Amino acid sequence: MARGSSQVEHLLRRAAFGPIGADLSRLAALPAPVLTTQLLDYEFQPDDIDSKIGNSEYVGITTRGQFSPNTSIEDARQRWLFRMVHSQRPLQEKMTLFWHNHFATAYSKVAGVVGAVQATKMMALKAGELPGPQGQIELLREHALGNFRNLLIEIAKDPAMVVWLDGRTNVRARPQENFAREVMELFTFGVGNYTEEDVYAAARVFTGWNLRNATGGVATDPATYYEFFYNPNQHDLTAKTFTFPIYRDGGRTIPARAAADGMQDGFDLLTALANHPETARRLARKLWGFFVSELEAPDPAFVTAVANEYLLNRTEMKPVVRFILRSPWFLDSDKWYARFSWPVEFVVRAIREVGWNGFSIDTARTPLVNMGQSLFEPPDVNGWALGPGWFSTGAMLARMNFSSTLAANQRFNLGRAAASYRGAAEDVRDFFLDRLSPAPFEREPSADLLAYLNAGGAWTGSDAQLNAKSAGLAKLIVGSSEYQFI
Amino acid sequence: MTKLSRREFIRDGVAAFTVSFAAPAFLNDIALAQGARSRSLVVVYLGGGNDALSTVVPYQDPFYFSRRPAIAIPAGQVLQIGSDANRRALGLHPRLTGVREIFNQGRLAVVQRTGYANSSRSHFEGTDIWGTADPGSPSGVGWLGRYLDTLPSPVDALAGWSATGETPRALVSRTVSVPSIPNAATYSLSSPNGAAEALNERNAATRMASYAPPHRPQLSFVNGSVRGALNTLDRVASVNTYVPSLTYPNNGFALALRTIAGSIVRGIGTRVYWVQTGGFDTHSGQGNAGVGAYANLMGTFGDGLFAFYNDLRNQGLLNDTLVLQFSEFGRRISENGSQGTDHGAAGVMMAMGGGVRGGIFGTAPSLDPTPTNPTLENNGADVRYETDFRSVYAKVLDGWLGADSVAILGGDFRAGSPAII
Repeated sequence: MARGSSQVEHLLRRAAFGPIGADLSRLAALPAPVLTTQLLDYEFQPDDIDSKIGNSEYVGITTRGQFSPNTSIEDARQRWLFRMVHSQRPLQEKMTLFWHNHFATAYSKVAGVVGAVQATKMMALKAGELPGPQGQIELLREHALGNFRNLLIEIAKDPAMVVWLDGRTNVRARPQENFAREVMELFTFGVGNYTEEDVYAAARVFTGWNLRNATGGVATDPATYYEFFYNPNQHDLTAKTFTFPIYRDGGRTIPARAAADGMQDGFDLLTALANHPETARRLARKLWGFFVSELEAPDPAFVTAVANEYLLNRTEMKPVVRFILRSPWFLDSDKWYARFSWPVEFVVRAIREVGWNGFSIDTARTPLVNMGQSLFEPPDVNGWALGPGWFSTGAMLARMNFSSTLAANQRFNLGRAAASYRGAAEDVRDFFLDRLSPAPFEREPSADLLAYLNAGGAWTGSDAQLNAKSAGLAKLIVGSSEYQFI
Repeated sequence: MTKLSRREFIRDGVAAFTVSFAAPAFLNDIALAQGARSRSLVVVYLGGGNDALSTVVPYQDPFYFSRRPAIAIPAGQVLQIGSDANRRALGLHPRLTGVREIFNQGRLAVVQRTGYANSSRSHFEGTDIWGTADPGSPSGVGWLGRYLDTLPSPVDALAGWSATGETPRALVSRTVSVPSIPNAATYSLSSPNGAAEALNERNAATRMASYAPPHRPQLSFVNGSVRGALNTLDRVASVNTYVPSLTYPNNGFALALRTIAGSIVRGIGTRVYWVQTGGFDTHSGQGNAGVGAYANLMGTFGDGLFAFYNDLRNQGLLNDTLVLQFSEFGRRISENGSQGTDHGAAGVMMAMGGGVRGGIFGTAPSLDPTPTNPTLENNGADVRYETDFRSVYAKVLDGWLGADSVAILGGDFRAGSPAII
């Protein structure tokens, strides 16, 4: 089962969650540019993946009583991981993950304020399944390749974000700087482009951006919900002056406004931030790391080109990502396997490539904590420490142990899959290297894999040997350093 | 070659095994050569920017109450620790009863107003600055990593130990990949197969990780992490059997300290440990008077530290251990509208241990909001630093670890060092 185009596989590792045989046979006829279009224009692909949850042909879930992905964060994690494994819109899930890291919001703080049921709804409610606005992840999914300015405004009003960065307590008499600072430092143009005075002014801009319990019900009731609420009585009505332009004419002052119109202050500031050239460049640098390479600093020409694309398209993200996926930087074969996989990417890819029949996605939950990435639980508003930051010894050990758990679970499936290669140890090894598609193995570690197959007795290809060695080999490959790159 | 023991556990209906090996003798030799049972440093990071004025309270400053009407701790509730050189009366947060006890035993040093010029109000930049000890260019290897780089080669894989989920910037080193081991019990290697096959797998994984292809540095880096894990599993496993002399509080911070105590008692040979507890980004709802969110943070910090102190004292190892506490910045003096405080500047550091010269170092700020107040900055909004944090690092490097602080810090910061050791 020789693989198809390396370029297609590269695309599927970066813009999806890894190539698997079924994909490749289905997509083999497609040239990479067509596949790129299919990934980008995902609205033409089915969006019914959630209806497959519980279907035995898909990866399993573990239920504790009723499966409640809108009110139990553990089930919300299962649902999202399930989508990543099976979605026919993988780039949408991939970008949702990108934005989850960019607008990093942690469930635990939200739950500490509004309780587990409301916090899960704020993070993950799928619109229509319970009363209330869609959760933050659904918002990110909706705007995954949408308009950044619009997403920024929606995020500023997102209930989970309002709790997370203390917008509830940002009132006229005592402005609260948390959201004001992070929206400039982390969500848009970054340190060096604003002053402390800008932080104070921005805090005043968002005074009165609050929440309310829309139903008046108790927090533990799944029918209760919170919604964004602009409180004109708590909005600072005076003018706010910044050190950078807010308006197209270069004006730096948001004018004094009547209380009823006060939300416009925030729209003006967020629009200015979204359109700022340094925001464009910062997003370009982050997208370089996400899609192109973590082994090289962003090419200045790439940053300029992507920033231009972003500004020319009025902060629309789909043309930006399309530009990147078709660019020579992305297509350069030097960039294959030039990115450290995130734990979630590693787990999803491993399940897709090793197999899932009879495996519950919930099995990955605790290992993901040990690998350093629990969905809905970034360590802080700066998101996760990417790249080499994922590879502390403890975290690497957790990856190795997850590969062991998965391989143990799939041992008979793996043995069956390798059965026709059982005649020679080399063939079994080559079969698994092909199926699991790690970054290239050099001669020495490749020989080590063969030595492993022959360790403890010469290779005979018996059922017992094939099952044990298939599981061991899958564990060694998925737990290898080579496999950690995408 | 090695003695094999195994512990069976069942997962997903399939038997899997954990293997553990007796530590190879040569590893213990390396540890001994590099000073097992010698001095160790435990760095405690309070994540999020600790509100130092609530930790060490200048409770007689008239502006303390006027600028913090909702969150100020009443004078009658602070745990008095005396006055500083300017005769400003100071008290610890009421939840720090254990820490006050350490202070009373002369084993706690409090260094007020620590920081640096033009303090960053960003968590991330601030953490990197404290981690690298380089406000001008806070990237690359950390100050503790540079210390590890000065140890004789080969540096033992457990010379540094991060008891948090990731390796902090401060412990990033050129020569050794510092392991992150918050819990020794989960630091073990599993296998899909039984004992003999598990050993074959481990041998293969060890060989596969032994390469460092020069044209693939990223692969070599991850191989280093694999080697770090495989080389440390067995010694770390010995910490699992540690029975502390007392019961630690049941939270992540205290349990990480218990793990560290176990490592120290077992003589693993680690020079530098890192442990942290978060939640100090108290923009809202700090609470006051010994109850509320900040009091809970102090409870976690103080109770965990006190258990660690007593455990080490009971084991006779207090004189070999130095704890150094810091946070990335202090917080604004005036409270905000949500009973919280926003990002500020200078903070407080503490040092604890048998070798510590206890007492109050540095002086408290005057909280008078007059813009010309020399102890404040940012128009009287934030506390200005008095002691450069690098001079505290210098004291620890020179006086405790026996290193050359000038080389490690890239400059001479000995001048203003408080005599905490």
